Amino acid sequence: MKKTHADLAEKFIADEPRTNWHDDTLWFVREKRDKAAHGLPEWEQLREWASQIKNHTLSNLYNYLTEFEEKAKANGIMVHWAADGEEHNKIVHDLIRKHKIQKIVKSKSMLTEECHLNEYLQENGIEVVDTDLGERIVQFRKEPPSHIVLPAIHLKREDVSETFHEHLQTEKGNNDPQYLTEAARQHLRHKFVQSELAITGVNFAIAETGGFVVCTNEGNADMGAHTAPVHIACMGFEKIIPKAEHLAVFLRLLARSATGQPITTYSSHFHKPRPNQEMHLVIVDNGRSRQLGREDFRNSLKCIRCAACFNTCPVYRRSGGHSYHTAVAGPIGSILNPNLDMKANADLPFASTLCGSCTNVCPVKINIHEQLWKWRQVIVAEGYVATSKKIGMKGMAFLLSKPKLYRFAGKMGRKMMKTFPALTNNKLNPWYKQREMPEPPKESFREWYLKNGKIKLKE
Amino acid sequence: MSSRENILKAIATNQPTLVPLPEIERAAVINYTDHFVQFKTVLESIGGTTEMLPNLEILKERIRVDKATGNCIIDTITGENSGEENNSASSAFELEKVERAYIKGTVAVAENGAVWVYESQMKNRLLPFICQHLVLVVDRKDIVATMHDAYDKIKAGAEGFGVFIAGPSKTADIEQSLVIGAHGARSAKVYIIE
Repeated sequence: MKKTHADLAEKFIADEPRTNWHDDTLWFVREKRDKAAHGLPEWEQLREWASQIKNHTLSNLYNYLTEFEEKAKANGIMVHWAADGEEHNKIVHDLIRKHKIQKIVKSKSMLTEECHLNEYLQENGIEVVDTDLGERIVQFRKEPPSHIVLPAIHLKREDVSETFHEHLQTEKGNNDPQYLTEAARQHLRHKFVQSELAITGVNFAIAETGGFVVCTNEGNADMGAHTAPVHIACMGFEKIIPKAEHLAVFLRLLARSATGQPITTYSSHFHKPRPNQEMHLVIVDNGRSRQLGREDFRNSLKCIRCAACFNTCPVYRRSGGHSYHTAVAGPIGSILNPNLDMKANADLPFASTLCGSCTNVCPVKINIHEQLWKWRQVIVAEGYVATSKKIGMKGMAFLLSKPKLYRFAGKMGRKMMKTFPALTNNKLNPWYKQREMPEPPKESFREWYLKNGKIKLKE
Repeated sequence: MSSRENILKAIATNQPTLVPLPEIERAAVINYTDHFVQFKTVLESIGGTTEMLPNLEILKERIRVDKATGNCIIDTITGENSGEENNSASSAFELEKVERAYIKGTVAVAENGAVWVYESQMKNRLLPFICQHLVLVVDRKDIVATMHDAYDKIKAGAEGFGVFIAGPSKTADIEQSLVIGAHGARSAKVYIIE
């Protein structure tokens, strides 16, 4: 059986100092987001506008997509449609074959991760160079990104230094981020100037103008796209927005939510290919039209991939992105992935405390924690939870619906825990893992309240 | 049926009932008493620098001094170009040697330190990214408060390419340590012409 979030998280947290470091590092990013958000008095209003623009767009998606396609074609962009990841990969592969391309650079695109483009091309003997620094690091290490904005956030500088020593012949033991970044700059500049094809993602596609926007801090998307004779941009169809003026709302929110920056260094607006360049755009469905039809879950398609929900999530921060075993991890991943494969991702909506922090920071107001809770219900109804969990939940439901029995069980439980602590403080009890069991209280809250409360309860 | 038709058909079936677009109430959006001061504060906080110049003549003089160093300098602004500097068709191999590029911008944004540059202003799309150091030039009257104002002033789809550039290229992909000079320019200076 496939490893679940709980199995993988157990491995991650085995190294406690590293878990704490991971937790602190992401919380630091969350705090930067707060500072940026508080710098704008209209922040909550901005979130509301963004949410409403996205709601409107989803409700008029057919028209916006066809308008976008028409304008993009008129701009000289070649538009392709892919029903799923497989078709997306084939379209890209066919273009590579047609042009007999060998040198490919790719900037960050979560869609291509979702479609497993790199693996697909590799199986066909084609190598892609990821050019985002974090993505290049994890690519060298043959790992997937662990975070959609900060792909190598699970690694420490020593790890990067070792990886670069092996692949880029940097000095052994030199852990200076400046030195390591410079080495990657030199290595990747070489790849850029030779590139024959640049693959990029898309942050926003504008229906009104038929163009698309790509945001980076490093400048890697531009270095590739403006050098290579062929540019392929890949997007999920939900990236569409109605007008260029709406970019003001989204660009104000995106980087502030993601890293606390006021805007990314580069927000590049592509509308036409350069002379002698071919520009392709692949519009991908891959389950999105199905999600659009699920009333409870459709607004997950509003996501702009800022990862604010990752950085704030107490479970993500303490379990790491790889525990989610999917291209998009974190709370948003846990509501997107069950739509892609409910059985394989049935564990993910349970990897949450339902604290709601994700919903509170989401710049487009996706009700992430409510959707997590709703997915749990769907997954149970479809029969995708473990039998032990099902029996446990049924038992709890039985007990909690019978107040007298519940009170009796509570009293017995407290007595047993006090007299025979080994009953709970043992390895068979999953709650005992990495925790001390609490001291059993002398009385229940109800008992205390009956004695001290102002309102007398009916016995 | 093609994938295009299938996808569009599924979307038409599944999309919810039409809801209206919101009205962006501009009175609710922040403004700054001094756009230049705000622009400077933000740009410096993201690793860039800015300086106010009284007129274009001073800039021209600085570019002349810069060129005299013998470094590869590209000036797309002053019109004092010799023929070889028409770089619109230059390859990446050629542009890789550029030490500093001077490029005019259309709008500067006070809230985030960004400058909008059209393709026609950079001459070559690769130039502002591949140069080692980038100098952008904006007129003082063209500093606006926010991105909403910026999109009022530009036409995003008017040219084949356009970009907001905010400071130098950077990354924090190694342990969240900020490093300036990832793949693009190692420094970004914005001259504001009064």
